Amino acid sequence: MSARTDGGPALELRGIEKRFGDVVALAGVDLNVAQGSVHALLGENGAGKTTLMRIAYGLVPADRGEVRLFGTPASSHSVRGAVRAGVGMVQQQLSLAPNLSAAENLVLGRRGLFNPAAAAERLDAVSAEFGLRVPAVSRTQDLSIVEQQRLEILKALSRGARLIILDEPTALLAPSEVDDLLQWIRNFASNGGSAVLVTHKLREALAVADDVTVLRRGQVTRAGPAKDTSAQELAAAIFADTAADGASERSSDQPVPAASSEGAVIVEARDVTISRRVPVLRGASFVVRRHEIVGVAAVEGSGHRELLLALAGLLPITAGQLRTPNRIAQIPADRARDGLIPDFSLVENVALRGLGGRRGVMPWSSLAALTSELLRRFGIVAPSPKTPAKALSGGNQQRLVVARELEREVDLVVADNPTRGLDLKATAFVHTQLRGAAAGGAAVLIHSTDLDEILSLATRVLVVFHGSVREVQPERSAVGRAMLGAA
Amino acid sequence: MLLADVASALEAFWRGSLGTSSALFSGTLVRAVPLILVGVGVALAFRAGVFNIGGEGQLLLGAVASTVVGLHWGGGVAGVIIALCASAVAGAAWAAIAAVLRARFGVLEVISTIMLNFVAVNLVSYLVRGPLQEPTRIYPQTSLIAESARLSRLWTGTRLHAGIFIGIVVAVCAWLVLTRMAAGFRLRAVGASPSAARASGRVDVERVTAAALVASGALAGLAGGVEVTGVTYALYENLSPGYGFSAIAVAILARLHPLGVLATALLFATLETGALGMQRDAGVPSVVASVLEALAILAVVAASGRFGISWRATRGPRTSGAA
Repeated sequence: MSARTDGGPALELRGIEKRFGDVVALAGVDLNVAQGSVHALLGENGAGKTTLMRIAYGLVPADRGEVRLFGTPASSHSVRGAVRAGVGMVQQQLSLAPNLSAAENLVLGRRGLFNPAAAAERLDAVSAEFGLRVPAVSRTQDLSIVEQQRLEILKALSRGARLIILDEPTALLAPSEVDDLLQWIRNFASNGGSAVLVTHKLREALAVADDVTVLRRGQVTRAGPAKDTSAQELAAAIFADTAADGASERSSDQPVPAASSEGAVIVEARDVTISRRVPVLRGASFVVRRHEIVGVAAVEGSGHRELLLALAGLLPITAGQLRTPNRIAQIPADRARDGLIPDFSLVENVALRGLGGRRGVMPWSSLAALTSELLRRFGIVAPSPKTPAKALSGGNQQRLVVARELEREVDLVVADNPTRGLDLKATAFVHTQLRGAAAGGAAVLIHSTDLDEILSLATRVLVVFHGSVREVQPERSAVGRAMLGAA
Repeated sequence: MLLADVASALEAFWRGSLGTSSALFSGTLVRAVPLILVGVGVALAFRAGVFNIGGEGQLLLGAVASTVVGLHWGGGVAGVIIALCASAVAGAAWAAIAAVLRARFGVLEVISTIMLNFVAVNLVSYLVRGPLQEPTRIYPQTSLIAESARLSRLWTGTRLHAGIFIGIVVAVCAWLVLTRMAAGFRLRAVGASPSAARASGRVDVERVTAAALVASGALAGLAGGVEVTGVTYALYENLSPGYGFSAIAVAILARLHPLGVLATALLFATLETGALGMQRDAGVPSVVASVLEALAILAVVAASGRFGISWRATRGPRTSGAA
């Protein structure tokens, strides 16, 4: 296979339309992905990126329009047809069976006899062929996120995929892992494969893509070669009416509150050790004061997650002393699992806060009033307080979590990836709220897989590496080195 | 000819269930009482994400406890109340075994409660042939409980007893707790999402699920007590024609809504007494009732899927150990 010279189109979408009820998700979208190229599909949350790719992969039917895969019209629309044509998709929510081995997941869904030895060989073979290392674990749930993602990619490749669709693949990855993935995508394309990278991160798109398509409210607002465009132009295409917001990926131009070394100590950790079968955090000592925003930087599996849970009072420490205040706000990393109950109404979700200590009769009428007030005050777009949380967009769900947690005065805010999967506007909202909480007197601890986000918010940075915590100058290269254990 | 058969079968069904006052007040409503009580209990447990399949065993333990109290306790209205309290405590204790097994050893309550049903059935068999057998030692049953330990009949000449009010009060109270009280909201939150209840609400999930299972057992035990003090006046084998199992269907058909349980319990009782009537008067096998019940469940579950209601009360793997 030679690079993009033989480039007939791998994927052509013509006039794709899709409605969900009254909502127009896609209003006549065209997209061309040349063979041997990387195509970035950009847009805000809810712009229609994922829907478009699900249509290309046959997961949902289009209302109107044509899908051509490697020049052949995909008439009978199904995932099986797409796979047979050479398309693979790695969805945002990975779809691996956690109890099966890596090799079993690889061959899952194939026909005929299952031969464990052959499956293991096959995993070795494809893993070597495509340069994606996946340990041969007996339970896939023991793999790290990045390894699971590699396994998903291998699954697609082993079924002969020549076009890989990656939906927000970097959302869960640490910075170094993102670079590895982008590099791999580049190599895949230069060996003749094609890739669609669905993302809302401009830097990633510009770093890796040959072509860029921007969706906004179900319509293409910009399409063309990546080299002919700039971050500013793309941001303008993504937001159209609010071009000014989009110049950078983060809202870092707001004033950073001055680091105060004399504020009251809110959190004090002394030789804190946390064990989960094995010690995951050892001898952590630090203080966090009022008005501070402290970033917690770490790569996945370093022990920072346990540290944040312990700070939020959700995980007991094994040894040492950890002093935390009573009034804690927590913004969990996985809002659909830990932050909200999707089937419950907004009022009930607001009522979740402090539920463990509640006694007697539920004050539903005052909770309903509080919810209405929160919707107004925090600009949450929702039909009514009685709407189930799952009917809200991801951004509005997160706004609800943030509103619930920060609505009253707190002394400590523990935020784990509070802007994951959010668009720029919702991200800016969360950042403003966190800064507001710090200005109002809280100590804020924030972890993010996006190092730039930590650096834009935090006045101090704690790096967790392999279970030990140390403070590092809030400066990109220093933090990056410390996260990987380099001095 | 065929039409005449169908008509006579339906008439027998009608006469056996609702059509005559004796069928309604001595049969159907009496049969609905234990279904209501166990059904509300099952609904509470399922709402909390605990699959209590052990209603039958908990009911039997309640029956044992109320019989023991009724045999040995003479005095007045207090006798009934103490017998019923004892039955609830016994049912709760039986469910607590499963709760402890779950909390301590991670044993799925679906398994343990089913197994405890068998233990309870055999325990009753042993008791009515051994320590609790009536003095003449002829019949495998206990003596009748004291008059003062019996629930009063509502009308002379029918078998309908005050237990129907206990059922209605329990259902209404359960509904009020689920919708109005913090404890009920906690239970629903744990059932809908244990992780969110724990992370966002600081709820002790293990405690809430254990409490729901025990409360569910208490109501099933109460059903056994009501059955003994209101209907049978004695303990014997086959005291329950599978109330504990029918009640699961009753609760599911009611979509786990306590007030809905009132209606579905009545429906199931009607089907069952009507089917017995058909068997008696028209020679139609009474298993027809089971078929109808099963069809009703399938219809509801299928329709629920369409309306986006999920019966998966727990999501993801159950947490074990430190979490």
